Amino acid sequence: MMDLLQQYLGHDLGYAVWYLIKAVIVIVPLTLVVAYVTLAERRILGFMHARIGANRVGPKGIWQPFADLLKFVFKEIIIPAKASKAVFFLAPAVILICALATWAVVPFSPELYFTNVNAGVLYVTAIGSLGVYGIILAGWAGNSKYSFLGGIRATAQMISYELAMGFALLGVIMISGSLNFIDIVNSQSTGRLAGSILSWNWIPLFPMFLIYLISGVAETNRAPFDVCEGESEIVAGFHVEYSGTPFALFMLAEYVSMVLVSALTVIMFLGGWLSPFPQSWGILGQHSMAWLVVKVLILLFGFIWYRATFPRYRYDQIMRLGWKVFLPITLVWIFVLGAWMVSPLSIWQ
Amino acid sequence: MDVTSVLFYVFSAILLISGLRVITAKNPVHAALFLVLAFVNASCLWMMLGAEFLSLTLILVYVGAVMVLFLFVVMMLDVDLEAIRKGFWKNFPMALVLGVVVLIEMLLVVLKNPLVTMSANSDPATNISNSNKLGWVLYTQYSYPVELASMVLLLGLVVAVALTLRKSEKAAKYQNISKQVATDSKTRFTMIKMDAEVEDKGEAQ
Repeated sequence: MMDLLQQYLGHDLGYAVWYLIKAVIVIVPLTLVVAYVTLAERRILGFMHARIGANRVGPKGIWQPFADLLKFVFKEIIIPAKASKAVFFLAPAVILICALATWAVVPFSPELYFTNVNAGVLYVTAIGSLGVYGIILAGWAGNSKYSFLGGIRATAQMISYELAMGFALLGVIMISGSLNFIDIVNSQSTGRLAGSILSWNWIPLFPMFLIYLISGVAETNRAPFDVCEGESEIVAGFHVEYSGTPFALFMLAEYVSMVLVSALTVIMFLGGWLSPFPQSWGILGQHSMAWLVVKVLILLFGFIWYRATFPRYRYDQIMRLGWKVFLPITLVWIFVLGAWMVSPLSIWQ
Repeated sequence: MDVTSVLFYVFSAILLISGLRVITAKNPVHAALFLVLAFVNASCLWMMLGAEFLSLTLILVYVGAVMVLFLFVVMMLDVDLEAIRKGFWKNFPMALVLGVVVLIEMLLVVLKNPLVTMSANSDPATNISNSNKLGWVLYTQYSYPVELASMVLLLGLVVAVALTLRKSEKAAKYQNISKQVATDSKTRFTMIKMDAEVEDKGEAQ
């Protein structure tokens, strides 16, 4: 395919066009997934709250996401007085670009990926850490005290949980000895317990798995960690001044990063595309992208479930959890893991 | 000119312009944002050299953490630009002299040593990524300097905590989290038995 394009468009242009096509192939299904995650969220929350939820547009409400999109597009974009205009429009763009750019290195199966880079884990953490700019700038540019408070809360929270997340990933890197996602998944199918659910990283790294999962919720600013948009305290937090399409971009970015955190958790800890069943079970035992999708959907359901279940954390409790609980646990577990890996009890040799 | 050189000139141009805008931007928040842009472009240049570990670490550490806190502080401070500008022309000659001295020093270093081209690229023959390579070198050949640097950083950390710690017991309020968690319904509310209906004395009539 790339050779064909390069033949007609020349070497460099063909290369660029090929990657552009690949980007579209990744982003379009992703956006569709995001659209239906919003619908699923409304329906599941409705179910958990013992009410109906969005079911008016189309059968069972399946066209609801498109109705929402149309509504967002035709709403007026209001710019607050004395807002810093350039930064005001830069913020939603930054947050969405960071959320989408991370997908460049996420593999869907050993053969199916946008790029396969050596420092994939590092790239994801680096781009992920840029996402906070979208929130802090949105909070500042709107020239509103509520949105500024939301931005400040989000900044402190995201920086705190990034550390715990980074240390949790260190354990994964220690086991696989690589920063490449495909190597990380493959390393989970080797070792003494190879070929079963037990050889996936979530068992030997259970504390880190839990910490990564919870930090992931905190990092995407979802309930119960959604103090930066706490409706009951600061109206709607950092995006209170946004309307129409820019607001839709914030929503899109939030759900894209939700899917991303789920996908990363699956790749790092839950064996990615590896099948939970033995190879001899026919089609169920095959390693395929379908397993990745199923696992991601289960984790996404979890995200919605937490939102319906847990009350919002108090701000000081969030800070305490990040710095005084998660960080020490991950640090200790890194030493435990190091000792385990060199001891005769190691399950990775 | 191939694509790589075009990209190099684009990134360098943006880097230089945003570097200049850091000191000329009127709004301190905009200045901080231009500094972020400069860091990102520097990181792109490193990436083009094949130094992916350094490049991504620059983004992770400087852009993702240091500049966010910097921006945080700049946004919270009420910066009075007039007060800052006041002493500009008084201090200008001194600043000019210092700038020229630094420039001459840098030129001396660059002109004295011929530019060496180094390949930071991972070795294609062994297929070892440069983060892997860097790790090997840092923890074998340079393990003592690494330990020393980490001790200096730890010292800085402890000192920062010590400087901001207020010892007065009255000012600091601590929560006992385990005590908070251990509460149950008995300590929080009591049930009072009362009649379902209270007899109306008939005063309203």
